[in-house]
Amino acid sequence: MLVTPILHIQDLTKTYQSTGHTLTVLDSINFSVEEGSTLAIIGPSGSGKTTLLGLCAGLDRSSAGLVELNGIRLDNLNEDARAQVRNQHVGFIFQNFQLLPTLTALENVMVPMELRGAKNIKPQAMDLLDKVGLADRAHHYPTQLSGGEQQRVSLARAFSNKPKILFADEPTGNLDAETSEKVVKLIFDLNREAGTTLVLVTHDAELAAKTQRILRMKGGKLISDERTVG
Amino acid sequence: MNKLSFPWLVKMAWRDSRRNRSRLFLFISSIILGIAALVAIFSFGYNLKEDIDDQAKEMIGADLVITSNRPVNPTMKPLLDSLGNRRSQERSFASMVLFPKSQGTRLVQIRALAGEFPYYGALETLPVAAAQTFREGQQALVDKTLMLQFGVEVGDSIKVGEVTFEIAGILNKAPGQTGISATVAPAVYIPLRYLPQTGLEQKGSRINYLYYYKYDTRVDIKQLVEKLEPRLEKEYLNTETIETQREDMGRSFRDLTSFLALVGFIALLLGSIGVASAIHVYIREKLRSIAILRCLGVSAAQAFLIYLIQIMGIGLLGSIIGAALGTVVQQLLPQVLQDLLPVQITVGISWLAILQGIGLGLIISLLFALLPLVSIRNVSPLNTLRISYESTSLFKDPLKWAVYALILVFIFGFTYLQTQKMKEAGYFTLGVLVGFLVLAGIAWALMWTVRRFFPESLSYIWRQGLANLFRPNNQTLILIISIGLGTAFISTLYFVQTILLNQVTLSASENQPNMVLFDIQGGQREAVADLTRRQGLPVIDEVPIVTMRMEEINGLTAEEVKEDSTSGISPRAFQREIRTTFRGNLTDSEKITQGTWQGKVNSPEDTVYVSLDAGYAERIKVEVGDKIVFNVQGALIPTVVGSLREVDWNRIQTNFRVVFPVGVLEAAPQFHVLMTKVGTAEESAQFQQEVVREFPNISIIDLELILSVMDELLDKIGFVIRFMAAFSIITGLVVLISSVLISKYQRMQESVLLRTLGASRSQIFAITALEYFFLGALAAGTGIVLSLAGSWALAKFSFETSFTPQLWPVVVLFLLISGLTVLIGLFNSRAVVQQSPLEVLRSEG
Ligand SMILES: Nc1ncnc2c1ncn2[C@@H]1O[C@H](COP(=O)(O)OP(=O)(O)OP(=O)(O)O)[C@@H](O)[C@H]1O
Ligand SMILES: [Mg+2]
Repeated sequence: MLVTPILHIQDLTKTYQSTGHTLTVLDSINFSVEEGSTLAIIGPSGSGKTTLLGLCAGLDRSSAGLVELNGIRLDNLNEDARAQVRNQHVGFIFQNFQLLPTLTALENVMVPMELRGAKNIKPQAMDLLDKVGLADRAHHYPTQLSGGEQQRVSLARAFSNKPKILFADEPTGNLDAETSEKVVKLIFDLNREAGTTLVLVTHDAELAAKTQRILRMKGGKLISDERTVG
Repeated sequence: MNKLSFPWLVKMAWRDSRRNRSRLFLFISSIILGIAALVAIFSFGYNLKEDIDDQAKEMIGADLVITSNRPVNPTMKPLLDSLGNRRSQERSFASMVLFPKSQGTRLVQIRALAGEFPYYGALETLPVAAAQTFREGQQALVDKTLMLQFGVEVGDSIKVGEVTFEIAGILNKAPGQTGISATVAPAVYIPLRYLPQTGLEQKGSRINYLYYYKYDTRVDIKQLVEKLEPRLEKEYLNTETIETQREDMGRSFRDLTSFLALVGFIALLLGSIGVASAIHVYIREKLRSIAILRCLGVSAAQAFLIYLIQIMGIGLLGSIIGAALGTVVQQLLPQVLQDLLPVQITVGISWLAILQGIGLGLIISLLFALLPLVSIRNVSPLNTLRISYESTSLFKDPLKWAVYALILVFIFGFTYLQTQKMKEAGYFTLGVLVGFLVLAGIAWALMWTVRRFFPESLSYIWRQGLANLFRPNNQTLILIISIGLGTAFISTLYFVQTILLNQVTLSASENQPNMVLFDIQGGQREAVADLTRRQGLPVIDEVPIVTMRMEEINGLTAEEVKEDSTSGISPRAFQREIRTTFRGNLTDSEKITQGTWQGKVNSPEDTVYVSLDAGYAERIKVEVGDKIVFNVQGALIPTVVGSLREVDWNRIQTNFRVVFPVGVLEAAPQFHVLMTKVGTAEESAQFQQEVVREFPNISIIDLELILSVMDELLDKIGFVIRFMAAFSIITGLVVLISSVLISKYQRMQESVLLRTLGASRSQIFAITALEYFFLGALAAGTGIVLSLAGSWALAKFSFETSFTPQLWPVVVLFLLISGLTVLIGLFNSRAVVQQSPLEVLRSEG
């Protein structure tokens, strides 16, 4: 059966010029992700996972190679056009939450919808907050929330645009085991209910094992690509 | 496509500013005072202009005035008698008067009047009727200051020349008289028909002839004047109309208001630097938020707009507050300036000024906020993954250069609009630019030097304090520029004030004369000198004065120069009568700067080499070697400019624009001036009485009196300058506080970390104090050096005087500013030390 890949990476290379010599952070990476699937990227610190995620999501420009997201070639687009792609197709979760500090939880969730120019968004945003169990904290600012609560708000925000693909960079890295579990459950529920493709970076083997496929990285290279059983 | 409506951007801007509003307000507060100063000055200017327009009629008193400073050619009489429906005549000149009751004498301005003048406004007298009745008999109106000084009353008498008049009334106000001119030479009105009997018409000094006209029907005065002018000009008659009066007065007070507006503008610029630096830090803190927004799909332009809207909003608020404050301050200005002004000033809300102030505030906040704001465009969403503080280098972003250029254009444009002078505006802009570059250079050099030669052997606190100067997120550049420019502006204002004051403060050393006798006729010379010596007074200086006009310069007459603009000669050269003298030597206040001095002409065939004051020669565009033909009451004397002199006008001496050698003018009609020095007030009064009794035509100027009037005037001007400078000083303070305060937000986390790592409060204080001392001292020092250089240049090229700054105010200023910087820095770190580390770490996410 031929499934269109939602994400297609070909010969992706990222180098940094620093004080004379060239540092190759990503070295000719190739892989595709089918729509609706789940995938984990694992590897030692400094192996280039975050860099790879950033490139896939169109946060950065590659040095060479191609990134195709939902059939759109990102490397041909300028920053503003990529911003639009992100807004329409991509959701993010960061290790350190990245909520806008001056906006309330509710407002943080509403921003991507507002950016799209959607109407009547407040009830939708409240629904999302309710889903992550924070309806009663809607009018609190990020500093008034715990880390786990902030991560759940950021989840609600990531879902708010019904993204085709969700990128999560160590979504549980800053959370305790119990909270982790809650967040992970929410993420996988979304994959199941809305068919959102999931790309996670994690150090947590247990979390990685929950995905359908695991990419292993080392020194900027992809060293293994295995389907998990189950 | 995501089409984001403007309302959403505004909403986002509003939300984003939510937790920072008080801070934003603090930033923008630094422009409030600048705006206030400008709005006050602008409103004052507009109100003054309106008042002048309204009151010009009363100030001139007639529809048309024809004046001449010499007797009018009888052939003109038919013309002069044909103008207007009603006519008045006046002869006006300076003369001594004597009050027989107290034997007091004083120099006054005699106004001998015939006709019903003034046709507009009134001679305000007490009793009111005296303004009319004095015209009917041998009566006079006497200025109230004179009446007070000599303790005379209505009904007493006053002696003018040979005639004694009965004082009909006290003169409170006459058309066109300012407070100042009334104190130097108070007015005495007499009926014109008594003038011949006074014997004063024969004076050597200038008599002004004035003809006042009133039209009862509507007449286009402007057109009339244009038609008359060629004929009048040929006979050296000048015209004044209500319109020209408006223009003349408007012009001179525009100079005043434009000077004050520039001082206000300095306050605004100073505040703008504060705004730019504060917003710079603010945006840096917002990097993460911007990156997140970008991640979520906000375009670069939208992110830029969100913050621009914020800044403009707060800028608008600041401008409105400034404008309101300015409107209040404006109420004070008339009291500050009243004595300098000829019109009654009304204070009212000037919406135009308010609008201008608000517009200016918006432009200023836009321009200076743009500098930090343009870098928002370059914030990559990647910053959500990895915050990099590497701000894009200035050289890489051409837009920043464009903003800098815009700021310079704005400064130049504003200055030019105020002064209407290209050169001044250029120098001002250049000065600001140079100051900025020098300070930026110093800051870079400091960072480089400290990093390069880092003293590893010093104690931890010293090393940390020094390292703070160059580590990432340092404020060295911004603080040095804002504190430095602030210091430079403030101390320049101070220096300029001292220069202005020095320029007119005449040294009262032992041999300086304090009394001048003029209008001494040729035949009276010896007798007056004798009288002076008999009174036991020295004859310090005695010079002949010959009045003349220029007839031709290099073969060109006034008309030819006017028509031929290529000649380079200023038509102004021909306009005035020149008082010249002749002598064989230079005085010790003179110095030849060009050519050679020739003190004597031996035979009538020899070329006559005259010497011109260098500044005067420059004004009328005449050089050494140029030929000038002088007209001495009909006799033409060809001369060549032999030398240029620099004259120290600050010395009390008779100084002349043109000096002839001896052997030329001896036979010309002339009068003499004698200078002496009197001791006590009684001595002075007695001497004046003697002179007036024996030589009623001689006028005496009491320099002490003039000096005290000048002193008072300068006090008032000085007060006005200080009043305006206060805006700059307070703004400088606000900028300093906000600059240091914003560094608090930057240093907060760091200090908290240091504390968690075990640094004591006193260690943190010491580190902070050292850092701010380095910054404050260096910035203040550089600022002072800059302003010394600037003031020296101003003194040399603009005021043409020397500049010797006093040491102690400089030292005080230096200590004050460095101390203040440290103090405010410490005050801030106190807040850091007291805040709970948890709260800080948490708020930084
Ligand atoms: N701007 C940059 N300049 C130079 N090197 C960089 C830059 N950004 C990242 N790197 C390097 O690229 C490599 C990969 O970084 P990346 O953040 O992708 O690693 P990672 O696999 O996410 O590590 P971790 O698990 O610790 O988060 C690292 O060695 C890092 O030092
Ligand atoms: Mg990483």
